[in-house]
Amino acid sequence: MAISGVLRPGYVQLRVLDMEAALVHYRDRIGLDVVQTDDEGLVYLKAYDEFDHHSIVLREAPEAGIDFMAFKVASEEALDEFARRLRGAGCTVEEIAPDDKRHLGRRIAFTAPTGHRFELFATIGRADLGPMVDNPELWHTEPRAMRVQRFDHCLLYGDDIDGAIDLFSKLLGFSLTERVVAPDGTVIAAFLSCGMKAHDIALVRHDEKGKLHHVSFLLESWNDVGHAADIMSRYNMSIDIGPTRHGITRGQTIYFFDPSGNRNEVFAGGYTFYPDHPVRTWSTDEVGKAIFYYERALNDRFMTVVT
Amino acid sequence: MVARYIIEIEDCGRRFPCPEDEGVLQAMERQGWQAIPVGCRNGGCGRCLIRVICGAFRTGLMSRRHVSEGQGAQGLALACRLYPQSDLTVRLATPHDRAATENENARGA
Repeated sequence: MAISGVLRPGYVQLRVLDMEAALVHYRDRIGLDVVQTDDEGLVYLKAYDEFDHHSIVLREAPEAGIDFMAFKVASEEALDEFARRLRGAGCTVEEIAPDDKRHLGRRIAFTAPTGHRFELFATIGRADLGPMVDNPELWHTEPRAMRVQRFDHCLLYGDDIDGAIDLFSKLLGFSLTERVVAPDGTVIAAFLSCGMKAHDIALVRHDEKGKLHHVSFLLESWNDVGHAADIMSRYNMSIDIGPTRHGITRGQTIYFFDPSGNRNEVFAGGYTFYPDHPVRTWSTDEVGKAIFYYERALNDRFMTVVT
Repeated sequence: MVARYIIEIEDCGRRFPCPEDEGVLQAMERQGWQAIPVGCRNGGCGRCLIRVICGAFRTGLMSRRHVSEGQGAQGLALACRLYPQSDLTVRLATPHDRAATENENARGA
């Protein structure tokens, strides 16, 4: 199967209260590499197994949370087509000029019905220390800290998730892979894929707009989930829950918080999705197992704490 | 020698010691108590919002969404970023306390 249209999550910009503390977290504990600090003080980072220039951008601000999430699309033509479709559906689409300083080509930006800002781009610079391509070794130097391979997805909380599910599936070509449905038919959580992963973005119904539940990074193995947990305890990092496993997506996971209270996940595994697969549905009476397959019970903090 | 102070939670009467360099929430959790709701523990989510009734304290960075500068001056704080400088009496934030922050944010926006 050739993936066309939206390829994958590209980058996410997060607000942090204290940049120095954030860098200790994202660079020294999670193991991302700092690739650039710009004139405005924004810090750009990437994981060792990513080709693109950056995947995480940190901005110091008085309030934690997410500024925007961006997806990479297959071509400039695909970008034009998405702008046309979004405008056709009544979305306001902002055109952002190429920005050499940020190593980014032109982008389009829009606000989803959940209040979150998204960007789409086709062109981004290649990282100096991306994965090797000629007689490729596993890495240039052995991965540090939690050894995350790449930025994987975000789970976002917002009010009109029905509108956002429609936007991602009908206009941007995502597939709904999995959902949680209340007895009255209300969808309370939705997992959407733009490729062959179990999810590239997830949405949960919530009364406020524009909230961040977590930013997730991929690990190579269940052993690495344990290694990440060892690092969290060694450095007294704030753990939410885990190591455990999700029924939804089947990922093996641990959740924790950055020094500004933004939730992170590191995980391994999860099923392969093909676009002919049926949607998997969980009812709310089994939602404990859906979220935490081993505990089989929800943790109130996991469900309600967002930034 | 790090000074230790007694924190009293007025709502339930729970008392526990807290070193001057440890967050009140972290000290509570470490000693096995559950009197204040625990969220991110890092000043971002607002779940552990409390009001200091009496005592001296300092605070670390807290998300302005949950504690505005003015309210911080009136004793509202996130327990995870609250460091005692004397014995403290605190109580859990009321819906009124939280609404006041929301109103202040709405005015500032």
